[in-house]
Amino acid sequence: MTLISYRQALHDTLRSEMHRDDRVFLIGEEIGLFEGSYKITAGLLAEFGPRRVRDTPIAEEGFTGAAIGAAMLGLRPVVEIMTINFSLLALDQIVNHAAKIYGMFGGQARVPMVIRTPGGGGQQLGATHSQNIELYYAFVPGMKVVAPSTPADAKALMLAAVRDDDPVLVLENLALYNTKGEVPDEDLPADIGTAAVTREGADITVVAYSRMAAVALRAAEELAATDGIDVEVVDLRSLRPLDRETVIASVRKTNCAVVLEDDWLTYGIGAEVAASISDGAFDWLDAPVRRVAMAEVPLPYSKPLETAALPSTDDAITAIRQTLDAVARRR
Amino acid sequence: MPSPAGAPTRGGAPATGPDPVLDDEPALRLYRQMVLIRRFEERAARAYTEAKVGGYCHLNLGEEATVVALMAALDRTDYLFTNYREHGYAIARGIDPGRVMAELYGRTDGVSRGWGGSMHLFDVESRLMGGYGIVGGQIPLATGAALAIDYRDDDQVVMCLMGDGATNIGAFHESLNLAALWNLPIVYVVVNNGRGMGTSVEQASAEPELFRRASSYRMPSSRVDGNDPEAVYEAAIEAIGTARSGQPCLLETVSGRLKGHSVVDPAKYRDRAETEALMAADPVAAFAARLRERGVLGDALSAEIDSEVTTVVEAAAAFAEASPLPDVATLFDHTYATPVRNDSRRLPGQPLFPIGASMGAPA
Ligand SMILES: Cc1ncc(C[n+]2csc(CCOP(=O)(O)OP(=O)(O)O)c2C)c(N)n1
Repeated sequence: MTLISYRQALHDTLRSEMHRDDRVFLIGEEIGLFEGSYKITAGLLAEFGPRRVRDTPIAEEGFTGAAIGAAMLGLRPVVEIMTINFSLLALDQIVNHAAKIYGMFGGQARVPMVIRTPGGGGQQLGATHSQNIELYYAFVPGMKVVAPSTPADAKALMLAAVRDDDPVLVLENLALYNTKGEVPDEDLPADIGTAAVTREGADITVVAYSRMAAVALRAAEELAATDGIDVEVVDLRSLRPLDRETVIASVRKTNCAVVLEDDWLTYGIGAEVAASISDGAFDWLDAPVRRVAMAEVPLPYSKPLETAALPSTDDAITAIRQTLDAVARRR
Repeated sequence: MPSPAGAPTRGGAPATGPDPVLDDEPALRLYRQMVLIRRFEERAARAYTEAKVGGYCHLNLGEEATVVALMAALDRTDYLFTNYREHGYAIARGIDPGRVMAELYGRTDGVSRGWGGSMHLFDVESRLMGGYGIVGGQIPLATGAALAIDYRDDDQVVMCLMGDGATNIGAFHESLNLAALWNLPIVYVVVNNGRGMGTSVEQASAEPELFRRASSYRMPSSRVDGNDPEAVYEAAIEAIGTARSGQPCLLETVSGRLKGHSVVDPAKYRDRAETEALMAADPVAAFAARLRERGVLGDALSAEIDSEVTTVVEAAAAFAEASPLPDVATLFDHTYATPVRNDSRRLPGQPLFPIGASMGAPA
């Protein structure tokens, strides 16, 4: 185990996978000479050269599509899209091609590629640069979407993604890049499609992913200290496929749940989780499943408006307390 | 619009021609605006380091000659679309610098009421139809505005600004094709400052003489020294005239970016020689030298302009500082232009339904 940042875990994993497999190459805007907008690829151009670390023009649709084509011939491209907002320019290639090629041609061609891209707002980047639209990809059969919330998972899920034979979108997060954690030294790829119970607890289940999974743990520690509430945290890790079993097992134990998400509430990831809980744990529920999500507005630039619109640890704590109050009234 | 015989190179100080393009008074007006934008941007950078400005903040430092000359050539009633590097254009378009600074500060008196920030300035009155943060995003919109003008048989033109990097986005090519096909009154201006973020034009564009890209659409185009305000002015007047006659065209201005891509970029990818060449070609200093040579600008006037501009910029910062932050109660005011039933006005901590509403009567 080594204590490193989420950024470092991503960097080290990409580097070691490039050493392991010559088919793996990096492609994206400003990843080489500029060393990556968020410095995930720092030093890799110098180490591997421009064949393996390919700087592109600003042409998301073009280079993402080109990566899909290269993957069809057996290369294993890792595409960096600077932030998930700009993936919208490549949406057609991802949804209509990356996700379709295996099925549409009857299983004859695979698309073993990774799309790495950070989500996250909260830095006054404004409406077009602060979106959490991973749902657009998680909605599509044929795509795999993973969302690490810790440095250890950043490594494990990136390893799994690079070695997977399907297109995998790895959702990173701007606010997580500097967070630190213990990371195993060995290569242990995660099982894509599985969630993890990151904190065991008896009183309430909190389901989250990416940045909000870290918020969930913070809220849990705070509530343990202040209210003696014992929160169980389920980190989804994989948005598609979705590990409903782990969520349901937890709710059947705690009898109530809160979902935390950084995307918009209506039709969001939390809606799918809540519907799954209703399907799989109806008789176990002692309160409605509560969702904490971003206010449904184009995110304003101005700080007080932005702060009000984004879900916070306090919002999570309030929702957990209110849900447990409702449970208590019921019992 | 003829294609130029020799394309100007980056970094040369503007030559002093025998016939000035501009008379003394308009030349001085441009110079004053250039100094104003220079000082405004420096002040904005300072405000950023003081955490008064957040998000991304891209400056026009090094592009002042291009900025003021393009805006001087554009009529009041013409329309402007631009990218996120647009503070200078807003000011040169006549918007009060205080309102521009207030937007950077996220205040209610900002041009976009604090909703847009540095990248998203908008002002109906001056027909600044927006700075846009998605690279290339403004190009189809500007093309559509030209379509509207043509549709209504009006005689304004649209000027659509973009960086060199934006010419590699598909929407650039789609838009130029549409405009050429439909003879729309639009001038596309590629403000070539040498780099996208760190990537140079040569690294990103297979045809690095960007103005030549227009020829794929049989659209006239030319390239001009973006460090020379008079040359830009002349070229822009011609381009705008061409567009007004229903012939879309493209103008490439070649200048430099004195600092990083945004205020947080230390520009480590540049070597010393490149930085020194940029400084040597500084358009503000070069134009000052030309005006001095012409006898239009002397020490006293130069000092007067400096102090006047400093006062304006300080007043802008003070105005921004004093302007109120938006009230959180206004968070849901701008989702839809028209009221609509069942619009979500829920804060993140609020439940969808009152607590217990679906649980029958509490005990
Ligand atoms: C579609 C899209 N991709 C990437 C980005 C990130 N980005 C912002 S500015 C920029 C460079 C743009 O360079 P250029 O068009 O030359 O304009 P300049 O910033 O030099 O004015 C990039 C890559 C973005 N905003 N939008």
